[in-house]
Amino acid sequence: MATPAIGEAGKTGDWRDMRPVCDHSKCIPSIKNKAACFLCWLYCPEGVIKATIPLEIDLEYCKGCGICAEECPGKAITMVNEGEKNG
Amino acid sequence: MPENLFKVNIEEYMLPGQRACQGCGLSLAYRYVLKALRENTILTFPACCLTVLHGLYPTTSVTIPALNCTFASTAASASGLVAGLNALNRTDITVVAIAGDGGTFDMGIQALSGAAERGTDFIYICYDNEGYMNTGTQRSSATPMGALTSTTPVLTKQQPKKDMLRIMEAHDLPYLATTSSAYPIDLYDKFVKAKRIKGARYMQIAVPCPPGWGYAPKDTVRIGRLAVETGIVALFEIEDGKFRFTGRSKTLAEKGNKLPVINYVERQGRFRKMSIEQLRQLQRWVDMRWNEYLKRAEG
Amino acid sequence: MAEVQIMTGNQAAALGAKLSHVQVVAAYPITPQTSVTEMLSQSIEGGELKAEYIRVESEHSALAVCISASTVGARVFTSTSSQGLLYMHEQIHWAAGSRLPIVMCCINRGVGAPWTIFNDQQDSIAQRDTGWIQIYCRDNQEIIDSIIQAYRIAESVYVPVMICYDGFVMSHTMMPVEIPDAEAVSDFLPPYKPHTVLSPEAPMNINPVLFPWRRANSEGVLCDGYMEMRYKLQKALDESRDVIISTSRQFAGAFGRDHGGMLWQYRADDAEIILVGMGSVASEATTAADMLRQEGIKAGVVGIRVFRPFPKEDVRAAFRKAKAICIFEKGISYGYEGALCSEIKAAFYGTDIRLPIHNYICGLGGRDVKARELAEAVRSSRDAIAAGDAEPMPKWLNCFTE
Repeated sequence: MATPAIGEAGKTGDWRDMRPVCDHSKCIPSIKNKAACFLCWLYCPEGVIKATIPLEIDLEYCKGCGICAEECPGKAITMVNEGEKNG
Repeated sequence: MPENLFKVNIEEYMLPGQRACQGCGLSLAYRYVLKALRENTILTFPACCLTVLHGLYPTTSVTIPALNCTFASTAASASGLVAGLNALNRTDITVVAIAGDGGTFDMGIQALSGAAERGTDFIYICYDNEGYMNTGTQRSSATPMGALTSTTPVLTKQQPKKDMLRIMEAHDLPYLATTSSAYPIDLYDKFVKAKRIKGARYMQIAVPCPPGWGYAPKDTVRIGRLAVETGIVALFEIEDGKFRFTGRSKTLAEKGNKLPVINYVERQGRFRKMSIEQLRQLQRWVDMRWNEYLKRAEG
Repeated sequence: MAEVQIMTGNQAAALGAKLSHVQVVAAYPITPQTSVTEMLSQSIEGGELKAEYIRVESEHSALAVCISASTVGARVFTSTSSQGLLYMHEQIHWAAGSRLPIVMCCINRGVGAPWTIFNDQQDSIAQRDTGWIQIYCRDNQEIIDSIIQAYRIAESVYVPVMICYDGFVMSHTMMPVEIPDAEAVSDFLPPYKPHTVLSPEAPMNINPVLFPWRRANSEGVLCDGYMEMRYKLQKALDESRDVIISTSRQFAGAFGRDHGGMLWQYRADDAEIILVGMGSVASEATTAADMLRQEGIKAGVVGIRVFRPFPKEDVRAAFRKAKAICIFEKGISYGYEGALCSEIKAAFYGTDIRLPIHNYICGLGGRDVKARELAEAVRSSRDAIAAGDAEPMPKWLNCFTE
């Protein structure tokens, strides 16, 4: 029957009206240059954040819920209106 | 990859681009449920938010085998999977039933009680978003008193939340646990533990729902945390009859500083018509139950 | 030397399931089915049958258990009656749509309200639109034989099969039954292969939501919409007729008994007036036909064995030379007429078969149907036809209708 594939609901990045933008100078793992924090990875309901240094967010599928920005202890992630430039 | 950081299985079994809402509490919890259960699992679930998350034919978003079933029959469907797999000597597979509060507290209660009473060797998960959310936020017996729903649109829900945890406890299960979308590591650990236990295991997940509860999607983790901070949701496990607080609830129980429920209620649109009397009743109920839990934790 | 025992219909059913080596049984007690589940529990707990027995808490769950167990590849069995069958109705549709080779016995009992515990066929007739194959047995031998045949049919066309037999009249009545040899049954039934394998190696989502239109998968291949999936069920039922007939013949070859495939006939070749029925009422009609023949009336019987898929071609052939038909049914499609009557009439549409068809509703809620009453009905129909009377509304046999 139904077989697994990415994008079952299409490019869910299209759902966004705001996108997450990371200021790596405030991102704790980037600052420490080691595995630390990554609460954004932990709390992402979509699993589209890659816990890498620097942080990577898959904007093709990120729905723009804003949980990562809300939970980031370093306030490194801000939600920016789609159509506007980053930060 | 922060495998050592959070001590969880880093494999993702839920593929990006799935059909759940922005900021869905179920989506968040389910990531960790699947990480804990791993590949040798067969899932069965009824028509609900999860059906939509799993996707429409011919594609699915989840890389674990799954069987859809009718709304009332989730636990019976799981019983049949267990029976069939046993008959075929495929004993290495964990059978997992998962349904919302509607499919558990309401229509699914008969089959669940039956499967639990028979000691069926499976994990039953109820993701509790406190209403029939997939069909547009109608009231269920899990909806808290004072909440607006599309079928309690003027007067709010009049009855208190059904205490499903007590009902399931009465079935003498080897393992029962409460978890929350806002505490994924606590959730993950409990599911890893549950997978190793034999018999009927009941797991309830407190799942915030942005459109159903009336808050912005970015606040899903915050709302989930407030539920625990106020004692409305207590994180615990009962293993062979022994009650044990876990995680944040354990700390709250030791420190004794849970927040008043107003902190939770005032942030959600569904409680905007809640009366003072209903709020008092909620606080009384939370305090009474919290004290019961404290006594059990000591004993 | 073949072993013959006298046994009840329920014993025959339990024995049929046991001989077929079912692997999962899930059933809920209901009169007059209960002893089937009791006997199977005995066989399983006593070690004669290696199977999982799930003592479910409802009939809805009984069929739900069968559905998922069958999905993973186990041969399953359940049985029920009346209210239990009705309670399962949602799952009956689900099982057919899932294309699972489930075999279920329906021990025919009337439906409430008001309550009845006695026999009629309203329960199973009301399931005729669900996509199950339905076989109506006329004696206890046919029960055990049809269950065995059912697994072979179901597992080759992937359509569930309902074996129906009359409650109390057959379920609790003892008749001589030749027990098929266990090894011969094992040879007759190849192992069951599920159409979809649920495994971690190739994860799939079974029976998800399908949209009204066809949709492409991730490789761009257009896949079925809901309507295509449902068409495939209908096609399978159309194709099952050949499988039912060949299975019946092969069974006859292996075990020496032929129950007639889609339908059976008794003294019907040169019959002018034909009695029609399903199950024990058709069997009773053979006695009525003999009585009428003694009086010089050329009566015969056509017993419909398979109600779904409806045996249109066979019905057209069987009634080609008849002058009149009396259809005796233990049920009615309320608001119209007996379901069997409607379907036989519809089978003649488009042909030049034109003859009086009289519908008798009989035996509801277990009211006894005697051969002499059937014969009397035939006589009165014959007289009415000879007098040129218009075709009557369904007559309720032996029922106070003032």
